[in-house]
Amino acid sequence: MTTAAPKKLTTSAMIASFADADQRTTPAPFGHALAALAQERPEIVGLSADLAKYTDMHVFREAHPERFFQMGMAEQVLLGAAAGMAEVGLVPFASTYSVFATRRAYDFLALDIAEPGLNVNVVGGLPGLTTGYGPSHQATEDLAILRGCPNLTIVDPCDSVDIEQAVPALADHDGPTYLRLLRGSVPTVLDEYDYRFELGRAAELRTGRDVLLISTGLMTMRALQAAARLEADHVDVAVLHVPTIKPLDREAIVRAARSDRLVLTCENHTVVGGLGEAVATSLALAGVATRFGQIALPDEFLAAGALPTLHDRYGLSTDAVVARVKAELDDRAPWPADPAPASA
Amino acid sequence: MTSTTTAPVTTGAAATPTERVARLRDAAYRIRRHALDMGEVQGQGYIGQALGVADVLAVLFGDTLRLRPHDPEWPDRDRFLLSIGHYAIAAYAAFAEAGIIPTEELETYGSDDSRLPMSAMASYTPGMEISGGSLGHGLGVATGMALGLRHLGSSARIVDLLSDGELDEGSTWEAAMSCAHHGLANVLAVVDVNGLQADGPTAGVLRIDPLEDKWRAFGWAVRRVDGNDVAALVDALDELTADPTGPSVLLCDTRPGRGVPMLETREKAHFLRVEEHEWQIARDQLLTGDLRTSTPIGERSSTIQEGHDR
Repeated sequence: MTTAAPKKLTTSAMIASFADADQRTTPAPFGHALAALAQERPEIVGLSADLAKYTDMHVFREAHPERFFQMGMAEQVLLGAAAGMAEVGLVPFASTYSVFATRRAYDFLALDIAEPGLNVNVVGGLPGLTTGYGPSHQATEDLAILRGCPNLTIVDPCDSVDIEQAVPALADHDGPTYLRLLRGSVPTVLDEYDYRFELGRAAELRTGRDVLLISTGLMTMRALQAAARLEADHVDVAVLHVPTIKPLDREAIVRAARSDRLVLTCENHTVVGGLGEAVATSLALAGVATRFGQIALPDEFLAAGALPTLHDRYGLSTDAVVARVKAELDDRAPWPADPAPASA
Repeated sequence: MTSTTTAPVTTGAAATPTERVARLRDAAYRIRRHALDMGEVQGQGYIGQALGVADVLAVLFGDTLRLRPHDPEWPDRDRFLLSIGHYAIAAYAAFAEAGIIPTEELETYGSDDSRLPMSAMASYTPGMEISGGSLGHGLGVATGMALGLRHLGSSARIVDLLSDGELDEGSTWEAAMSCAHHGLANVLAVVDVNGLQADGPTAGVLRIDPLEDKWRAFGWAVRRVDGNDVAALVDALDELTADPTGPSVLLCDTRPGRGVPMLETREKAHFLRVEEHEWQIARDQLLTGDLRTSTPIGERSSTIQEGHDR
């Protein structure tokens, strides 16, 4: 008798949902929020570069066809034209995948949009590791690229609640923004908390005495799940959600980190140049020398595969976050990498 | 530096074709003269390009563009986009000629704290719509302005000044395709075809021929003229702007250094060297050259027409 090998997971279609099987979700929250906002504000327009369907922009297109502009698979003119529209008084939301908005069209984002400080809202799909298609589509370094861009506001929403509330806030903000888009069936999490999205503000979603997770984007959802699981092991975990990456709410971060808790940042982005390094800089500048670590993607081009497999492998799954917190707590001794003091 | 007084308005409505061309040639002369003065202040600059493109700018600012010189933010204005930021010296000269900035201010060109930086930027200079310089941006922004203004019901036109070297940039062709796809009759691209770019002649750096066929294949109405022939420029612009059904491009063959034989015959370079003692010679050559039609600089008023209809 032969035993069949366990069936391996397969890479799903381009946009895999990262929602758990039993999780509440909301369909296309970005598209619906933008369409609703546009009812009130005639100056809102939408553009996409042959990815309206894949960035939930199709919902806006169907609601306001006369205000949707298809720019073709041409990201440079997508962002240049969005700037031109803002120059004449419109408020554009321009969507494509994050990899194209940042890697391919950065000069246009920086010089046409950010330098003049225009109210253009760039919406990037597939941020971080939210597709199994490999480096061509995985924008694992988009925050690192964009944090260096002056004037730019950067938002990494956790769920559908964040997105629905962020869209009007981004339109109201008189300057350029970049939204890391979660699309399709997006988990709905934050309505269970006493929470409202406020541009530029971090929010403590949960208090805890032992560990502080400073998280952004979908990793806030994972941080909350990990905190609930760790509670069963009598580990008390606080979660500070930081949906705005730039400008960073340094005050809230430093205030929360100024304690003897283990501090870990959680982000759907490489260890280089994202939330973790931004928090580390804030703590160092404020003189907070607490035990600190990063939960983030490695500084590598990542593999292709099924998202659950990849999130496990690269440390973003709830299991991986729980395991990491436990390992850090078990290792309270001096850090392995800690060199002897220079003057010893 | 010699200064001119810029009276707000002269009306050219009743001018004969000959008078119209004469008026614009005078304007081109003054733009060249301003550029030489600015070049001398800096001791360097893109003077070859400025002298080459002066006739084009004179016709655009004196005839084509609907502007209110004293109200650069007028919502219904035509938008002039200087995609080629390094042509700032020429644009400032044209702005002064149009009465958008005072002629006296030209002597601050490229100095610290001046509103007239070496490479043009929107946040520094009245009338400068975009910050060009990173080439290949102007036509994309023009695309969005044209889509936006049409959406808003405005009849304003967008005129983007590009260079032939800039046609190397793929983004220019993304925008060209987009303008045609969207049927943007309110876009006019003007290309300074001087055959020159940073590393040498365009023909050797990256071949862009067949230029007219390329634009035509991208869906544009195309005219090609001698960009240093004011009468030809006027005719071509009249034709292209009469009743466009889509985007139009005017390809202008220009001669760097035009109007100053000493510079026109000098070995062509992107960044033309002019020795300190040569600026006065250049001015003298311009004065005695064949480009001017009538009244010397300092005795004429600005040629721009306040909000004139096109």
